[in-house]
Amino acid sequence: MDSTGVLEVSTPVLSHAATTDPQLHSFKVTAGGQPCYLHTSPEFAMKRLLAAHQQDIYQIVPVFRDAERGHKHNPEFTLLEWYRVGMDHQQLMDSMETLLRGIFKTFNKPWHKPQRKRYTVLVEAVLGCDMCAVTAGKIKHYFESKGRSFPPGDLSVDAALDLLIDTFVLPDFAEDHFTYITDYPASQAALARTATDSQGNAVASRFELYFGSLEIANGYHELADADVLLQRIEQDLQTRKENALDAVTVDSHLIAAHQAGFPACAGVALGVERLLMLLSEVSSIDQVLAFCFERA
Amino acid sequence: MASFSTNEFKGGLKIMLDGDPHSIVENEFVKPGKGQAFSRTKVRNLKTGRVVERTFKSGESVEAADVMDTEMQYLYTDGEHWHFMNPTTFEQLGADKTAMGDAHLWLQEEAICEVTLFNGQPLAVSPPNFVELIIKETDPGLRGDTATGGNKPAHMETGAVVKVPLFIEEGEKIKIDTRSGEYVSRVK
Repeated sequence: MDSTGVLEVSTPVLSHAATTDPQLHSFKVTAGGQPCYLHTSPEFAMKRLLAAHQQDIYQIVPVFRDAERGHKHNPEFTLLEWYRVGMDHQQLMDSMETLLRGIFKTFNKPWHKPQRKRYTVLVEAVLGCDMCAVTAGKIKHYFESKGRSFPPGDLSVDAALDLLIDTFVLPDFAEDHFTYITDYPASQAALARTATDSQGNAVASRFELYFGSLEIANGYHELADADVLLQRIEQDLQTRKENALDAVTVDSHLIAAHQAGFPACAGVALGVERLLMLLSEVSSIDQVLAFCFERA
Repeated sequence: MASFSTNEFKGGLKIMLDGDPHSIVENEFVKPGKGQAFSRTKVRNLKTGRVVERTFKSGESVEAADVMDTEMQYLYTDGEHWHFMNPTTFEQLGADKTAMGDAHLWLQEEAICEVTLFNGQPLAVSPPNFVELIIKETDPGLRGDTATGGNKPAHMETGAVVKVPLFIEEGEKIKIDTRSGEYVSRVK
C-alpha cells in the first residue's frame, strides 16, 4: 500500500450510526446513555474521508458483527479495507492481483492467475435456465432433485441464490486458486454501482474474491450518487422492518458526504484472518486467532 | 414449549424434526459477507439412527426434543421387554427390542447402562463401555500359544460372540469393549 502511494488512515470503531444492511448485525452499546454501535466495517468513515480528500486510502482495523460464528467466522475480526480513486472494480481486481501475488511470493506459495467468473454464468450453468427466470421455488426444486436440504420457511430469491452458490458453485472452484465472482445481481448491489450487462440484465459492479471455496474479499465500483444511496438506505430500512430487525440510526454524515461530492472510486474489504487461514493452510479461523470469541 | 434458535446449535443438541427426536452431529455456519446466514447441520434420527442433512435460515427456532440420558440398572427380561431401574428413584421402565438394539447381548443383571429417554420412555440403551463376561463355549485352548496371534470365536453367557486369542479356555472370564465388540484381556 505504502509503495503504491495509498495513505494509511484510522477511523472510529465506535459510531453513533450503523450500517442499514439487513444482513449485518451491529453490536449496540451505550455511551453516556446514548445508543451507539461498533462498526461492521470502516466503509462509512473512510467514504467521508474520500469525499473530503479525494485520495487513495487504506486501513487495517478490527470490526464486529453479531450472530456470526463458525469455522470461518468470529464476531470480532480484522478487515484490510482500501479505496482507489479513479479506478473501477475491474482495475481494482487487477491491482489486487499484484498485491496478492507479492504476498504469495513472500510466503513461497505457488501462484496461479485468478479466474474471473460472472455470477449470471455460474448460476445459469447450475440451474440450466436464464437468470431472469430464477425464483426461490426453482432453486428449492433444484436442491430437492439433488437430494440436498433446503431450509423451511420463506426465502427471498437472493437468499436462495446465496445458498445455491455455497452448495453447488463454490465446491467446484479450483483449490489453491483465487477466483473472482463478478457482476452480481443488481438486487445484491449493496453500495456498488449498477450497470447493464450484454444480455440486458441489471448487474452490480461488484466482485467477491475466493480462494478455493473460502471467501476472502468483497469489492465495489462505489456508488457515488447521493439520491441512489438514499433509495438503497430506504429499501434496507424497509427490509429491516419487514424482518422485525433493529431500526438502526442512519449515518447522516455519510449521506452529507455523498451530497457534497463523492469521487469516482473502487473499494474493497479483505478479511485478514481469512488471508492468514489460506497462507497457513488451516481450516478453522480459531487457528489464526490468539483467543477465539468463546475465550475472549 | 422449549425451543432452540440456530445460534444455539451445537453437536449433541436434541431437537424435534418431522415428529422424531434428532441429535445434532455437526453444525456449519454458512454466510457470505454480504448475504443470508444459514446453519447447515447433519442430524441423527434417534429412532432410526439415520444421519441426514438439514439446513436452516439463521435465527429460526426449532422445537427442543425432550430427550435425556440417564444411568439405570438392568434388572431382567421377560422376553419382550428389558426392565431397568433408576437407582435413586427406584422407578422401573421397560425397553423394547428397537430401543435395545444389540445392547442385550452384553447385559448381565445389575449392569449399569445409559438409557436415553424420550418423553420419559426408553429410546436407546447403551451398555457399559467395558463388561466382564464368562465364556460359555469355545474350541479347546492351545496352552502356551500366546505368540501366533490367531483367534477363535467364543460364545458368552449373555449371547454375544467375541473373537478371543487361541489360549483362552471355556469358563474363563474376559473383559470386552462393547463399543467395538473386541476382547480386551483375561480377568483373573
